[in-house]
Order: sequence, then structure tokens, then C-alpha cells
Amino acid sequence: MGIRTLVTLLVVALGVIAVLATQEAYSLFMPGLLQGAVLTVEIAVLGSLLAIVMGVLAALARMYGPAPLRWLATVYVEIFRGTSALVQLFWLFFVLPQFGVTLNAFLVAVLALGLNVGAYGSEVVRGAIQSVARGQWEASTALNMSRPQMLRRIILPQAFVAMIPPWGNLLIELLKSTALVSLITLSDLAFKAQQMNQNTFKTIPIFTLVLLMYLAMSLVLTIGMRLLERRASLGLARGRAA
Amino acid sequence: MIWDWAFAFEILPVLARAAIVSIEATLIGFALAASLGLVLAVVRIAVPWTGWTISVLVELIRSTPLLIQIFFLYFVFPKFGVVLDAFTAGVLAIGIHYAAYCSEVYRAGFDNIHRGQWEASIALNLSSWTTFRDIIIPQAIPPIVPALGNYLVALFKETPLLSAIAVLELMQTAKIIGSETFRYTEPTTLVGLFFLAMSLVSAALIRSLERLLNRRTMR
Amino acid sequence: MTEQPMVRFDNVSKRYGALTVLDGLNLEIAHGEKVSIIGPSGSGKTTVLRMLMTLETINDGVIWVEGQPLTHMERNGKLVPADLAHIRKIRAKIGMVFQSFNLFPHMTAMQNCIEAPITVLGMKRADAEARAADLLDMVGLSEKKDHYPSQLSGGQQQRVAIARACAMRPKIMLFDEVTSALDPELVGEVLEVIRKLGREHDLTMLMVTHQMGFAKEFSDRVCFFHAGKICEQGPPNELFGAPKNERTRQFLHAVLEAG
Repeated sequence: MGIRTLVTLLVVALGVIAVLATQEAYSLFMPGLLQGAVLTVEIAVLGSLLAIVMGVLAALARMYGPAPLRWLATVYVEIFRGTSALVQLFWLFFVLPQFGVTLNAFLVAVLALGLNVGAYGSEVVRGAIQSVARGQWEASTALNMSRPQMLRRIILPQAFVAMIPPWGNLLIELLKSTALVSLITLSDLAFKAQQMNQNTFKTIPIFTLVLLMYLAMSLVLTIGMRLLERRASLGLARGRAA
Repeated sequence: MIWDWAFAFEILPVLARAAIVSIEATLIGFALAASLGLVLAVVRIAVPWTGWTISVLVELIRSTPLLIQIFFLYFVFPKFGVVLDAFTAGVLAIGIHYAAYCSEVYRAGFDNIHRGQWEASIALNLSSWTTFRDIIIPQAIPPIVPALGNYLVALFKETPLLSAIAVLELMQTAKIIGSETFRYTEPTTLVGLFFLAMSLVSAALIRSLERLLNRRTMR
Repeated sequence: MTEQPMVRFDNVSKRYGALTVLDGLNLEIAHGEKVSIIGPSGSGKTTVLRMLMTLETINDGVIWVEGQPLTHMERNGKLVPADLAHIRKIRAKIGMVFQSFNLFPHMTAMQNCIEAPITVLGMKRADAEARAADLLDMVGLSEKKDHYPSQLSGGQQQRVAIARACAMRPKIMLFDEVTSALDPELVGEVLEVIRKLGREHDLTMLMVTHQMGFAKEFSDRVCFFHAGKICEQGPPNELFGAPKNERTRQFLHAVLEAG
């Protein structure tokens, strides 16, 4: 979908929310849902930051680290990609305390989602690094650069552009996965929705609002990533056609 | 004691029965996703004016959490007088959610078919239905099988969400064992290991399938 | 003091699985010598340059640069595979220009030329820029210094690549089919820069080329490669004028016929 269509959709979604919020059947749910949405955004933002850091670190460790670090990174990636996000969330929440580590639910949420998406992200980073033309490595070698210098100055800046679209998809997945934290007692948007639904049985208004809110958040993220991609590829290929 | 082997073996049969429910949900959900996704992709090409509606629909489904969609279907159907049991509602939600993803995979597959194939079919005066059935789909499907396989695995890993509406699949069973015995370590870890094993096996299967398909198209 | 060869290949072999690309290569290149390597494709000529640039590992033998082993180092009087620090120390004497330019697309011509001097040699930015400006002037691209590679023609890109390699002040320059990817009308400007480089700088040059005319006029020595071996070598007048080997004759006949 083009960026213009996405912006139109976002405006429509926000408009519908605004109109519904003036209706009596909907308005009483708004304060609670907005409260939940704030927590959702907090978890999504912190989780995304952790995911990006973990993704880059794990990819670099797997590609260039010494053997023990490489194994550690591989085990991390396989475990977090191979099991379910909800299982990871429950494991950190219910099982970790039995090993004497008790984290609060918020921290567990950020940790589980960040580690989960970071594992997928490491594959994205790896793929993007490998997609940089071999000639770039060779030219850097011929200029006698060290491995870290090549990565930092030559390879990563070029890989960055290739990484943006798949990272965009992963961060959308992360945003959607925040709904799972409602199952470990956090009052995010999904939790509020379910709680209100159980109390009032007004399923349709509640879930319409909630779906629209998630849609708006996803669209903001998608549009942001598109703009970032456009800017980054402009910087890389300034006048590539010229 | 952190890990109790005796307890782990004791709960293994219960978890194994629950695993069957998880696998059932996966297979039915994926069958739904794969066929509904194909329908969406074909309709979009065969009936051009639906294109915009379908992309907005796909965007809506993919931009909102599956968990919310599960809740929504489970609670909204009774409003219209249709009472679905938790398993059916949950699998339906999973199937629809992944149909959105699958339809994009099919679409990419169709886009990769050379335009000449469409033109040759028109020149032979084939109907658009015959063109799809005999010309396009047989060429489009093999290259996208690995991508569909990845979604099958992804879908499988989302079945624990069904625990939120109390379907007795693996995660829910593990939670019940945990709340009854106050031991979460063994059931949760075993569930994790089960998913890990299944994922690793399916990843290997998809890889060899990919090699097989590559070899076939190379010829 | 005896004159040390600049580069010496001592019985060097390179294999890919069962395929032998280079078979016991022996080759010495003197200080300041200009050597051209010609031969049919697949004869291993590019591999010679890539091994010297350490882009390829070698399976057998030793490569010496100014009397020091490149991919090996001496320990207790024996040669063992070199560590990266040693390789980087020796590699600093060598620069390379590639067939496909390999400029960094996210950097301007100037940035391409100062990147390695700053990060690898630790030069101050101002000094590196002054040096790069001189070199871009030498290759005739002063006014293009702020252009990105995508805004330059192939010939201009290749000239920037030559300036970039020179900025590291190598003693040995390797040219790997540097005009093969260029449109015919752009070949001349690149060859002119190489000529100038040969005249004005104290460089040992080793080039793989298909430009027979240039090889004849520019080099002190021409090596004809065939099937992983040097089949014949000698001064360009002799090799082109009166080739002794039958394969050399056939190759030159085919190439000159086509040209």
C-alpha cells in the first residue's frame, strides 16, 4: 500500500474513533481504554528498543564472535524463535521466580517481547549484512580496514537501508504481541477491553474501539518506517538514477 | 528442588493429550488460512474492483492483535444468536488472521508469473477460471510452498493464545497443572521444549523441501 | 645490499576443491617494475592479484613482499600461518583497483578517498583531505569531489577508485581488469591516469588486462598465463613481437584478430 493510502486510513481510523467517542454507548469506555493504550505504547516502545539492540548484538555475535559467544547467540536465537511468545512470557513470569528471580510484570513484558522479536531481528540483520555486495568487503580489505572499521563505516550503513522494511514488519508484530501481556495481569489495552467486556457485555462497541486503536498505532508505526526508509535510501542512492 | 523429574513424567501424558489439541487447532486453522487466503488472492485478480477492499481488509486484520480477534469472535457471535464453542471460535480467528498473511504470499506468487503466461492463455481463449486452475496456480504454488510452511510454523506457535478463551490446548493445560500443584517450572518448560522441538523439526523439513523445489525448477 | 624483489611468489598453489587454479606459481617482481598479466579467462590471472591482496587464501607456497612473508610469519625459524595483525602490517604496502570499481555508494568521492586514511592510518581529517584533493586533482576530478558514485560515469568512478587506492600510499598497486566494465569511449581516460601514475609515482604495478596495446606500451614485462601457469614471459616487444610458445601465438592471434 502506498504511503498516501496509509495516511488516509490513519485519518479515517482516528476520525471514526473521535466520532464514536461522542456517542454515549462508546464514550464511557474511552478513558479506561486510553489508559490501557498508554501502557501498550510504553511496553511497545521499550520492547522495540530492546529488540533492536538484541537483534544487532546477536547477529554480530553469530557472524563474527568467538566460538562461545557464537554458540550463546545461536542458542538464544533458536530458543526465542522456536518457542511461542506467550510461553516465553509465562516462563519468565511464573517459572523464573522459582529460580529466585522475581521481576515485576512490566519488566517481564518488555523483556519477553524484546527478546522474542530480537531473535527474529537478528536474522534480519544477518541477511542485510550478507546482502551487501562482496566487492564492498573486498575494497575495504584492500584499503586495509579492520573488521570493526569495515562493519561500522562501510557495511552497516549500507545494510541499514535493507533492514528497514523487515524491521518495520517485526515491530508491528511486537506491537500486536503486547496484547499478550494482558494475560500476566498488566492493564494494557487488551486487558481493559476484556475487563470491560466481562463487566458490561458491550462487546461490539468495546472491541470496535480497541481494534481501531490498535490499527491506528500500527499505521503510525508503518508510516514512520516508510518515511525512514525513504530518507535512508535517498541518502544512500543520492541521484542513483542521475 | 527446582526440577522434579518424577513430577515431569507424571504430567507428560496429560500434556501429550493437550498437544494433540494444539496440533488439531494448527492443522484446521492452517487449512482455513491457506484456502481462504487463496480465495482472497484469486478474487482480487479475477474481480479487479475488489482489490482496494481486500487490501484494506488484509491491512486491518494484519494490523490488529490476534488475541483481540480471538476475543472478538468468541464474544461477538452469541450476540447474533450463534454460539460457537471456544475451540471453533479460536481456530476460526486464527484461520482468518493467517489467511490475510497467506493471501499476500499467493499474491507475490501470482505476480511472479510471467505476463506472457496470461497473454498466451488469452490467445488460447481460456476462461479466467481455467487459466487460474490449469496455468497460473500450478506454476505459482511450488515456489511459495516454503513461505507458506513458515506461516504454518508461525501459526502453530500462536496456538497458545487459545488458552485465553480456555481451550484445553498445551498452554492452558500447563497453566491448570500449575495452579493446581503450584509447580509451574515443569509444565511451562515442557511446553516450551515441545514447541522448540517442533519448530526445529519443521524448519529442517522446510529447508529440505526448499532444496527439493529448487532442484525441480532448475531442471 | 642485494636488491630485494618487491614481490616474490614462491611455489604458490591455489585450489578450489578438485579444481587447481594456480599450480606452483613462481614469479618475482622488482622494485618499480610494471608487469602485465594476460591470458584467456579461467587461466588464474586474476587469482594472482587476489592472493596478493589477501582476498584469497593460498593452499601451498609462500608469498613474499619486500623480503617478508605475507600470509605467513616466522616463529622459531619456521613459517607458520600469519595472524591478522601481521597480514595487516604487510598488506598496508599494497593497494588494489577493481574491475567493478567497488566505490562506497554512501560516500562522496572525497569521503571515499579519506575514509581509510583517517580510520586505518589515523591521519587528521584536514591532512587526509589535502592529500585526497591532490589525488583527485591528479585523476582530473577536482570538481567532482562532492559527487556520489552514482552521479559519476564509469570512467570517473574508476578514476576515483584509483585516487582512493593511492591515498593509502601503497608501494605496490594491483589493477584487476580495471577497464573491462567500461564503455569503450571511457577506457582511454582511465588508462591515461594509470600512465601518469606510472610516470609520477614510485610504484610497483601489477595488472591483469585485456588491453594488449596498453600492456605493450606500458609494461616492462608481460606474463602470459595458461591453465594456472606462466606459459611465457618477457619484455613486451619480444612477447608480442616474436612469441616462442604456440599457445601464446594462438592467444595473441585470437585477441588481435578480434580487436
